[in-house]
Amino acid sequence: MANIMTVDDSVSLRKLVASALQGAGHTVSEADSGQSALNVAKTKVFDLVISDLNMPGMDGLTLVGHLRKLPAYRSIPILILTTEMDPQKKQAAKAAGATGWLVKPFDPVQLLATIRKVLD
Amino acid sequence: MTKSLTDIQTELLGTFFEESFEGLQQLESGLLALEQSKSSDPDIINDVFRAAHSIKGGAGSFGLPEVCTLGHAMESMLEDFRSRRTQPTRESLAALLEGVDLLRNALEARKAGSSLPLPGLQTFCERLAALRGASDAQPAPVIAAAKASENLDITFLPLPKILESGNEPVRLLRELARLGHADVTADLSKLPALTEIDPSLCYLSWQIALEGSGVTRAAVEDVFCWVDTDAEVRIVGRNATVTPLDIGPAQATAQSPSPLVQEAKHAAAPAPTGDGRSDTTMGSIRVGVDKIDMLMNMVGELVITQSMLGVMDDESRLDSRRVEQLREGLSLLARNTRSLQESVMRLRSVPISAVFSRFPRLVHDLSQQLGKQVELRVSGQTTEIDKTVVEKLGDPLVHLVRNSMDHGLETPEARVAAGKPPVGVIEIGAYHHGGDVVVEVTDDGRGINREKVIDRARQLGLLGPNEAPPEDAIRDFIFAPGFSTAAAVTDVSGRGVGMDVVRRNIRALGGDVFIETTVGKGTRISMRLPLTLAIIDGQIIRVGQHAYVVPLLSIVESVQVEPKRVNKYQGKRELYRLRDKLIPMVELGQVLGMTSWQRSEDSLMMIVEAENAQIGLLVDELLAQQQVVVKSLETNYDRVPGLSGATILGDGSVAFILDTAAIGRLVRGVSTNGAHAA
Amino acid sequence: MSELPDVPNTASEPAKERSAQLLTFFLDQQEYGVDILRVQEIRGWSAPMPIPGAPSYIKGVINIRGDVVPIADLRERLRLPPLEYGATTAVVVLRVRYKNRDRVMGVVVDAMSDVTTVPGHALKPPPTFHDSSESLTKEIATLEDKMITILDVDCVFGDQAA
Repeated sequence: MANIMTVDDSVSLRKLVASALQGAGHTVSEADSGQSALNVAKTKVFDLVISDLNMPGMDGLTLVGHLRKLPAYRSIPILILTTEMDPQKKQAAKAAGATGWLVKPFDPVQLLATIRKVLD
Repeated sequence: MTKSLTDIQTELLGTFFEESFEGLQQLESGLLALEQSKSSDPDIINDVFRAAHSIKGGAGSFGLPEVCTLGHAMESMLEDFRSRRTQPTRESLAALLEGVDLLRNALEARKAGSSLPLPGLQTFCERLAALRGASDAQPAPVIAAAKASENLDITFLPLPKILESGNEPVRLLRELARLGHADVTADLSKLPALTEIDPSLCYLSWQIALEGSGVTRAAVEDVFCWVDTDAEVRIVGRNATVTPLDIGPAQATAQSPSPLVQEAKHAAAPAPTGDGRSDTTMGSIRVGVDKIDMLMNMVGELVITQSMLGVMDDESRLDSRRVEQLREGLSLLARNTRSLQESVMRLRSVPISAVFSRFPRLVHDLSQQLGKQVELRVSGQTTEIDKTVVEKLGDPLVHLVRNSMDHGLETPEARVAAGKPPVGVIEIGAYHHGGDVVVEVTDDGRGINREKVIDRARQLGLLGPNEAPPEDAIRDFIFAPGFSTAAAVTDVSGRGVGMDVVRRNIRALGGDVFIETTVGKGTRISMRLPLTLAIIDGQIIRVGQHAYVVPLLSIVESVQVEPKRVNKYQGKRELYRLRDKLIPMVELGQVLGMTSWQRSEDSLMMIVEAENAQIGLLVDELLAQQQVVVKSLETNYDRVPGLSGATILGDGSVAFILDTAAIGRLVRGVSTNGAHAA
Repeated sequence: MSELPDVPNTASEPAKERSAQLLTFFLDQQEYGVDILRVQEIRGWSAPMPIPGAPSYIKGVINIRGDVVPIADLRERLRLPPLEYGATTAVVVLRVRYKNRDRVMGVVVDAMSDVTTVPGHALKPPPTFHDSSESLTKEIATLEDKMITILDVDCVFGDQAA
């Protein structure tokens, strides 16, 4: 099973995602901000990073940009968690280097099915 | 076993509500700030937008579709502000503030377990939409064509850099293969020689023939939806009858909440308290990590002490050495237990900002309602008080503020006529004094007219027609039930019944209420509440053989006494010349009853605040600075002039906490040296 | 603090019916007693922190598991000659009622004695002497080999004259 990091300043949502992933046997680490996620990423390489888009301080896309600059994270799957995805947002996400996105609200089955595209 | 969404949602629901209420607080402050500043500070707009967005997103994920809709309506308007499509106006901000109230009510209702539809929701959303002037019409969701399953020929041409996005073609192919039977052919033509391969690039492309009952265009598009900019994907039906349609992603700018959400069964959701009251009464409390750390340390110490004592348990013989060790161990245990107890009690302390946070909104709404201009100043937000006291403080405080605004402050015109600035000031403050917390409401309004109070008292029969009014008439009468000097009773603060209820509530908590007022200048009402636990930062000093504590807040500075700066006046009073000030010197030892205390060469002088003056206390030594828990002397003994309480030091001994203001008064009241405490 | 138990007014009731359970101790070789239900604990003597301006029989306060408790020298309170504290000196910590509040305070005694149950018929009202111990004495217990002066703990702290 995979090592996944979830990033969201909202505790309840972060744990919602984490629970869904843990239920499927994945190991989940949580970060409550872009900066703390970046700090952790500098010392550990995850199989997948899932980050909320709208966070105070460093927002999700900025985090993706920084992560992509770390050698270990050049092609690690990074998914953005967002409430809707319009073409502009999609473009911005791709430009920042995001692998893809997850739309909330989600249900665990759908979440797990979606991340299959980036996990072994 | 995977938990169901409902299970996880229910577990985290409490956290979600807490977060949302906090978010609402931020939302509200941001909106108020926007209204006051009359500018559209992009940072504030961003914060406010994000707060609404979080609540909306959370509500959607936690199965609260109506809250989500409400949040979405507000978010849309805030997005207009953010993208500069419109500017915030007074009207739109007022509407948004209403939205905050609606959201709050909605969340409270859901939290209490109600599953009834929320009243006024539809009307409000329509109003916001109208204000936005936008047709908030939801675009019809684009229907993916050709739902019927079909066999497809897929050409997948990834760009070389596709791997950099974290997408791995092999995995995508695997997903395709799940849909049905896939016949995959790889095109290796672009593959360079082994020595020239860059492992970070993709050189391959694929042809996939996909067949099966689960195969649909939509499903295939879904597999590739993340890579449409990193790859070329062509989907062709193998049956020529269905023409390939180019379907782009939905152009929706707004989406209704996903139908995938199952509404959490609120009726079945375990209500934490069972009576649907707000979370301030029971339930959880946010605790700072530092307090938890302290607790962990305490417990660690306890464990060590316990094992120390446990070792002695093995010996069946108790010789004198063992007895001594046992005594020490027990004493240590007692200390640790006490510390632990105090730490736990500290957990219950919350900053008073929990009570103060509702006032900006209250003052804002009231000032509009009353047609008065008011500036609210808040101080001492970090003052900590016990959680149970916080709850009981809220209502009295609200009443006092309403009173000030209604009866105390004058209209802008009246103020200008009286030579005051048109904007009235209301100050709410909190601070610790000894073992009490003091919460004050001060206004710079018209003050309370003693004559009017006396007249009213006579009217109500509280004072006989020929009876002389007491010295403290205002204090005595203003708290009487049914008392109100206002001619018209406005519904804002109600009848004068409020003040007597306030005092009763505060007295029930073991405290009291005091009034100071000056006609034409303003009024201050102070509520003094005893604390179950007060902690102050203290400087431990030695005077003679004993240790005392001086509150750090009272200390100005400490100096070595230079004899040449000492001036004697009128017999034995001594004043110290420090820079440009003359500071009365106080033989602290004498004040504290140590008649044999003598000043020594090494004596230090600690200059402290004593009401509106400074005095210099002569001490023998400065010891540690630490946080001390204030214990009341009055519990088992009595009030002692000059002392504001006592504390237990680390070694278990008792140290008194000095009340520097009282010492100043004591000293001023005595004309000879060798002052004695009353 | 736990509530004080309901103590029947011993002065007015006929002393025949009920017995008294006492904790007894020695002061100046005389035996004294207090209602056992008012005793919180017994401790060894430890130097208290003197309180400025306190009456001289109140020696100061000590720390008992986080509570600040005043200690009174009972000899001095009873106007007995002073005695240096020694190995047998003990502090009896009492729950008293003073000025309408329940408090905890300790009294220094020469030595502990016992826990005794005195039958009702041995209890008699105090004689009228003209020394200050009169105001503190609740009853006298006369047993075949000794006499126990039973003190009213609520009076020890200060005079209840007011």
